[in-house]
Amino acid sequence: MTTHTEARVTLTKTPRRRRVPRRFRISGLHLYTLALIGWLVLPIAIMILFGFNDTRSKQNFQWQGFTLRWYRHLFDKGDLTAAVVNSLTIALLSTLITTVIGTFAGLALGRYRFRGKGSTNLVLFMAISCPEIVMGASLLSMFVTFNLPRGYLTILLAHVMFSIAFVAVTVRARVVGLDPAVEEAAQDLGAGPWTRFRLVTLPMIMPGVLAGALLAFVLSIDDFVITNFTSGATVTFPLWIYGSTRTGTPPQVNVMGTLIFAVGVLIAVVSARRSARARR
Amino acid sequence: MAGVRGRLAPYLMILPGGLWLAAFFLVPIVLMVSLSLQTGNLIDGFQQTLHWRNYTDGLSTYGDKFVRSLWYGLVATVACIVIAYPAAYWIAFRGGRAKSTYLFLLLLPYFVSFILRTVSWKLVLTDNGPILGPLRDHGVLPEGFHVLDTGVAVVSGLAYNFLPFMVLPIYVALERIDPRVVEAAYDLYASRAQAFLRVILPLSLPGVFAGVIMTFVPVSSDYVNAEVLGGPQNTMIGNVIQTEYFNNSAYPTASALSFALMAILLVGIFAYARTLGTQDVLEAAGR
Repeated sequence: MTTHTEARVTLTKTPRRRRVPRRFRISGLHLYTLALIGWLVLPIAIMILFGFNDTRSKQNFQWQGFTLRWYRHLFDKGDLTAAVVNSLTIALLSTLITTVIGTFAGLALGRYRFRGKGSTNLVLFMAISCPEIVMGASLLSMFVTFNLPRGYLTILLAHVMFSIAFVAVTVRARVVGLDPAVEEAAQDLGAGPWTRFRLVTLPMIMPGVLAGALLAFVLSIDDFVITNFTSGATVTFPLWIYGSTRTGTPPQVNVMGTLIFAVGVLIAVVSARRSARARR
Repeated sequence: MAGVRGRLAPYLMILPGGLWLAAFFLVPIVLMVSLSLQTGNLIDGFQQTLHWRNYTDGLSTYGDKFVRSLWYGLVATVACIVIAYPAAYWIAFRGGRAKSTYLFLLLLPYFVSFILRTVSWKLVLTDNGPILGPLRDHGVLPEGFHVLDTGVAVVSGLAYNFLPFMVLPIYVALERIDPRVVEAAYDLYASRAQAFLRVILPLSLPGVFAGVIMTFVPVSSDYVNAEVLGGPQNTMIGNVIQTEYFNNSAYPTASALSFALMAILLVGIFAYARTLGTQDVLEAAGR
């Protein structure tokens, strides 16, 4: 008798199936976004994985077991290490130069009206949308015409050139959103142009400057096409990888790539955390 | 004195950047145009002879490469729109607090060097590689299945490499849409499809336009993907330019081809901007 009622109780209860809580339900588009991220991450995962591959041949595309050998022998290939060092120093120098020059250009464009502003904006737009191969080819044409030897210096000149527009545009966007009254107030309180810039303007545009600097660094360290045309005998990390694709890319490249990836992600996450905390 | 300095200030601020761009961007392009009309060779030197045939010969010899580059560029750009839009849509409207996390995940490839990304993508597509190898061994793929060294491989690499350029502008445009506008559409009895087609999609088009500008140019002038993934049968105009410069030292021909490529792409972009969105597109692209 009791079992019967129990059965009836459960019977009446089961049709009202509890709905899955909202946060556990997953929509089609959500799934799609996750799949897209998976697709984008797949080659990165393979890059990281094959830095641990215990490969014996020159080719590194078949999994042959786990090893930390390539991390221990990371600097064994001297020319690869030199190429990475070149890439890093060029990126740092070009970021420093570009950030200073580009910030002033962005300030001028965002704040003042002056003759030639329209054409400057047009040149910036052209510099951003010009195909990289054309920039590289034209620089090479110039170096050939003037018989200039290509090398570290010409790479640096080129990297600053193609990053300026990006920094200027980033800073300009920040400057346009600022209230000019703040600077006027500083002036009224007796601050000279330099003090005003250092204590008022610069802190206000700092997020734009930092974003521009980060962009300049990434553009420089990642650039292949323009560097290829302006490098001469100097080799950077991307050029070295490109050269190695014909004979087989050694696992050290994967390890270097993994380390650069890890540092980059770390910096991005930390800076995002910081700015989130600052906003709160 | 302060007045003069005040008026001079913007010029002084723009001067270093302006000079740098003039010296290493504008002057080289002028010199390249000049070089493209010269004749000669590396040993005897080049002379200005206004040799227009560098252009006509170059275009007739490599016309098919130009067409292929623009075709690959078009297919990869459209693929990027189709792939990027739904994800950008979901993140902008349903991402909630995790919005920036999802965006960050979509940008992850950018923390890996472009070349290394392409090489890793080649690994994914390699016949006996870590992905296709096991799939074929287990009979999922037919025996003769082959991706590498085809046009599909090149386009897939291009789409993979330049997808973030499409995701970001579309996301920004969608994110800017006032949710009240969408609610208004529902209040006026629009179905979900109608609200999307007649409200959200038109409002997001500037982002798509900007994305097209930011992807189409680098995609159709790229030569790395064609070289690493496409093999010798699927070369693009960038490969020709590179070979003419480095292997043949045919500087005038290479210059003519580069300038023709730039002219075609820039004229195309300005025409596109003018017909579809004029100022907005240029501004969005500048951002």
